[in-house]
Amino acid sequence: MIEEFSNPHNVGVIENADGVGEIGSTVDGDIINISIKVTNNILEDVKFKTFGCVVAISTSSAVTRLAKGKTVEEALSLSNDDILTALDGLPEGKDRCSGFALDALKLAIEDYQKKNK
Amino acid sequence: MDHSATTPVDQLVVDAMIPYFTEIFGNSSSLHSFGGEAAEALSMARKQVAEAIGALPEEIIFTSGGTESDNLAIRGVIPYNTSKKHIITSVIEHPAVLNTCSFLESMGHEVTYVPVDTEGIVDIRKLEESVRKDTVLISIMHANNEVGTIQPIKEIAQIAKKHDIYFHTDAVQTVGKIPVNVDELDVDMLSISSHKIHGPKGVGALYIRKGTAIEPIIFGGNHENGMRSGTENIPGIVGLAKAMSLAQQRLNADSKHMQEMRDSLISRIFDIIPDVRLNGHPVQRLPNNINLSFKYVEGESMLMLLDMKGIAVSTGSACSSKSLKASHVLSSLNLEDDYIHGSLRISLGRENTMEDIDYVVESLKETVLKLREMSPLSSQ
Ligand SMILES: Cc1ncc(COP(=O)(O)O)c(C=O)c1O
Repeated sequence: MIEEFSNPHNVGVIENADGVGEIGSTVDGDIINISIKVTNNILEDVKFKTFGCVVAISTSSAVTRLAKGKTVEEALSLSNDDILTALDGLPEGKDRCSGFALDALKLAIEDYQKKNK
Repeated sequence: MDHSATTPVDQLVVDAMIPYFTEIFGNSSSLHSFGGEAAEALSMARKQVAEAIGALPEEIIFTSGGTESDNLAIRGVIPYNTSKKHIITSVIEHPAVLNTCSFLESMGHEVTYVPVDTEGIVDIRKLEESVRKDTVLISIMHANNEVGTIQPIKEIAQIAKKHDIYFHTDAVQTVGKIPVNVDELDVDMLSISSHKIHGPKGVGALYIRKGTAIEPIIFGGNHENGMRSGTENIPGIVGLAKAMSLAQQRLNADSKHMQEMRDSLISRIFDIIPDVRLNGHPVQRLPNNINLSFKYVEGESMLMLLDMKGIAVSTGSACSSKSLKASHVLSSLNLEDDYIHGSLRISLGRENTMEDIDYVVESLKETVLKLREMSPLSSQ
């Protein structure tokens, strides 16, 4: 997890993204923004911007890494366990927030699907 | 850079303590000569601690630390005053005070938590307004451990005196940083902790002004004049006394040194990093405390990145399942939401140098820029 946190992958915002998902607010704290570029049903590019703690940042990075190159269906079926495995587990008591980044990815995909109906 | 959490033990303190583990290991209550030596050490230590804060030796009770001293002061004055059940404290006290008060509330006592202004100073007017006929104690910390704000203790003491109320202050963060004299401050009780002043952990003291009606909270073999039973931690107490004397001797030099580093760090950070604020009071502030909030970034993340660079700091932001929670102190300062989660406390010690400050400034700049690049809130 620490490695993912200190050298995060896919930081940024995709220009003219096909779908964007954002979750959280400054009142609650953590904010995760994930944008995706989809070509032929494949998530060609996935980027994140996150305001939040170590777990929020490292799970965001892991989610973008796992989703990139997958089909929309494959990306939608990513689970919390996949994230935890990718990060070699999270510190005790913190694994509950790991679903947060995944939620942002799913929002981004929903956004894409809505636009492309 | 996290000296408000704890400090390394000074070598001179270690040297003073060593003989009391090996050669002079007696129980001060024993009547034979080994016990006598320990009793002598205890009485010397009591004198040293008393001298450092302008008290009488018999007004010093040794405890297991700041937490126990706070507990003793607050819970100790309660039983004598069964008809008086109201306590006044502030919203920014250490948990040792706040949780003691909330326990007393659950036992039927009543507590007023006086608010502070945006710089962390206790609202004196509200404090006086909250005084009741049955108020038995006011407990307000000398300086806050998170934001470093120094309270107007003398003014509060006057209010306490006028209404014939006991006044306790937690001086855990001020000893060795600013002058602490019980008559100057005009307090009835004052808490001290050893490990914040280059002494050993697990030892502290409570000053109790002569004539204060107080009962023990720990009962047993009547050590410490009956105020705190349990065989005394002689090496620890000797260490505390040595640390207090050193802190007293070095007060002027140390606080000047820390304040120079503090002010240099603050002004350089403001020069090179935009969207930052200083939490706490600009002037009424511990010489070793720096508490900054950076917009667009979160405290725990900054803490981790700095830790990787070998810099230990603390933050008032904690992440708890999907939401961030600001500390009770920062929450009470009414900061804008933008700033509340991005706080860092840097607390200096006498062994820090200007080179350390250079390194911290550089590392902090890198850290904040890196996290801002990742932040959806920042336009960078
Ligand atoms: C203001 C204040 N009071 C009390 C304490 C507790 O002291 P101790 O750790 O000696 O119990 C601390 C330190 O954590 C403190 O900062």
